[in-house]
Amino acid sequence: MSDTTRPVEATQTQAEPPGASGPGEVSGAEIVLTDVVKRYAGQDAAAVGGLTLTIPAGEIVMFVGPSGCGKTTSLKMINRLIEPTSGTIEIAGKDIRTQSENQLRRQIGYVIQGGSLFPHMTVEKNIAIVPKLLGWDRSRIHDRVTELLDLVGLDPERYRNRHPRELSGGQQQRVGVARGLAADPPVVLMDEPFGAVDPITRQRLQDELLSIQRELHKTIVCVTHDIDEAIKLGDRIVILREGAEVAQYDTPEVVLSAPADDFVADFVGAGSSLKALSLARVEDIELRHPTTAKVGDAVAKVTEQARANGDTAVVVLDDRGRPVGWPWLRQLRGDRIVRPEGELIDVDIRSTLNDALDSMLSSSHGAAVVTGERDQYLGVVDFDAVTTHIRLLEEQRGE
Amino acid sequence: MSRRGIVVELLVPVVLVVLILGGYVWWRETANLNPTELRQLDWATIRGEAWEHIKLTVVSSVLVVLIAVPLGVVLTRRGMTWLSPIAVGIANIGQSAPSIGLIVLFYIWLNVHPFWTGFRVTVLTLTLYGILPVLRNTITGLRGVDRTLVEAARGLGMSAPARLLRVELPLALPVIMAGVRTTLILVVGTATLATFIDGGGLGDTINSGIQLYQFSVMVAGAVLVVALALVVEWVGRVLELVIRPRGV
Repeated sequence: MSDTTRPVEATQTQAEPPGASGPGEVSGAEIVLTDVVKRYAGQDAAAVGGLTLTIPAGEIVMFVGPSGCGKTTSLKMINRLIEPTSGTIEIAGKDIRTQSENQLRRQIGYVIQGGSLFPHMTVEKNIAIVPKLLGWDRSRIHDRVTELLDLVGLDPERYRNRHPRELSGGQQQRVGVARGLAADPPVVLMDEPFGAVDPITRQRLQDELLSIQRELHKTIVCVTHDIDEAIKLGDRIVILREGAEVAQYDTPEVVLSAPADDFVADFVGAGSSLKALSLARVEDIELRHPTTAKVGDAVAKVTEQARANGDTAVVVLDDRGRPVGWPWLRQLRGDRIVRPEGELIDVDIRSTLNDALDSMLSSSHGAAVVTGERDQYLGVVDFDAVTTHIRLLEEQRGE
Repeated sequence: MSRRGIVVELLVPVVLVVLILGGYVWWRETANLNPTELRQLDWATIRGEAWEHIKLTVVSSVLVVLIAVPLGVVLTRRGMTWLSPIAVGIANIGQSAPSIGLIVLFYIWLNVHPFWTGFRVTVLTLTLYGILPVLRNTITGLRGVDRTLVEAARGLGMSAPARLLRVELPLALPVIMAGVRTTLILVVGTATLATFIDGGGLGDTINSGIQLYQFSVMVAGAVLVVALALVVEWVGRVLELVIRPRGV
């Protein structure tokens, strides 16, 4: 699929954010697990029975499997929250036991379900924990917090001094991600990061993670029990069965089209052709470019322009090029375009067609606004484009 | 609780104390008192006793916190938890033993040494007596801290002391402070017993009332102790609100 042409790249010139062009350098590090065993006292079967795995630098690798399969145990051995009974783990070629636990953990991002923010600390203090432990000076920490909040899509000035309980679940999880990335670690471990939020928020957070990863190229190891999440986020998926035995370790495409055995086939589940919609991404199809307006533009001028383009609605962007609303022309009142109320449901350019369809269904436009890095506006995707793409895939498959 | 609720809650004891003290002053200045009453209820005497009473309460409570909080921390560390039922059991005995017996026994036993004045023996007794609520609440509070938050702190590379000081204790603080308040109330009431071993405090006034068959003096002493207890309880509540970390 990736060798098909991507019309998006040719048409996204108008909203390409500054400094975000092209993929950045890989800042992640390779992780190698060699015959890692974890045996708990008093239990016959090993929780992890000899896991050998190479996680390439700069990729997202998803650990997925039924509960109790040892996926979380395997993850926690990477930052030594759990000590292996035997075997070695190396990060960037260095055995993780060569330094103290705390030194190691400060170099590995850790993101937990629900964010696990400390309720008595402000957003800023939560994010600043690791930088402080590493002895950064105050102004550097301040700037870093600003940068990170911006990265995860929270207005720094509005949120930095809030306490976690003043945030929604999705916002808390965003701060949790920012905290994990705070000291710019090469490796980030995520333990069911989006398990505690509602489906729509989860989808957005997943999109944002993909968008962040496009910029940062960390090595991300993420545990989930949700195969759809694994397919969507993973560059590779590790499907584990009991005792953390690797059932299959491959790209989502291969796992879907050629499951290694019945266990994997069962786990991936029925409807894998529908799941294939999770493999096609918005960036694979052509975006539409309706009229846009900035907050503060003259309504009369915008209306005129939209009519000339044959549009009945305009996408409103804020001063940083992020879409904030998609009002119909008849909803535009007053002299100047104001920031519309309510939250705009948008999809990331790397979203799966599955998610994009979801968003379209909940929009009165029968289409969804598409954003790229740092929520920059890219265009609009509609039903027609998706159905055309599906037909194209069907034809390819038929050949 | 709403801001308004807190204000009302803090205002009620203030009004009560003003009413009680106002009533006392009015009675003291207008009633026709006999010479014994006048001597016993002399303003300077009352002031001195109140001050001693406060000193007993504050010194004992501070000692309680200094002993019980670290003890509670130690008893919740890994590998030590088996000790906590034993420690709580001992503290329980300390609290359930009749305080008057405890104070007199300690005095008889310790007063042979000049260091152990009535004041100091009272502080010792009150400290032992008041340890239980703070110890128990420190243990409960620390155990009640969300385990996932403690693990998150470990995962971020915080050392054990940093986890304790920056995560566990702040999150347990509201529960610990509730214990401190209970201790304050226990101690301020029990401090009246200091009078029996020459430890001072407002118990002196009550006791002389009993000794001299002066009913009015006895009641006056009791009323003043009640007012002081209300003030101490109020201070405890304010401390609780002020020390409580924001966002919890």
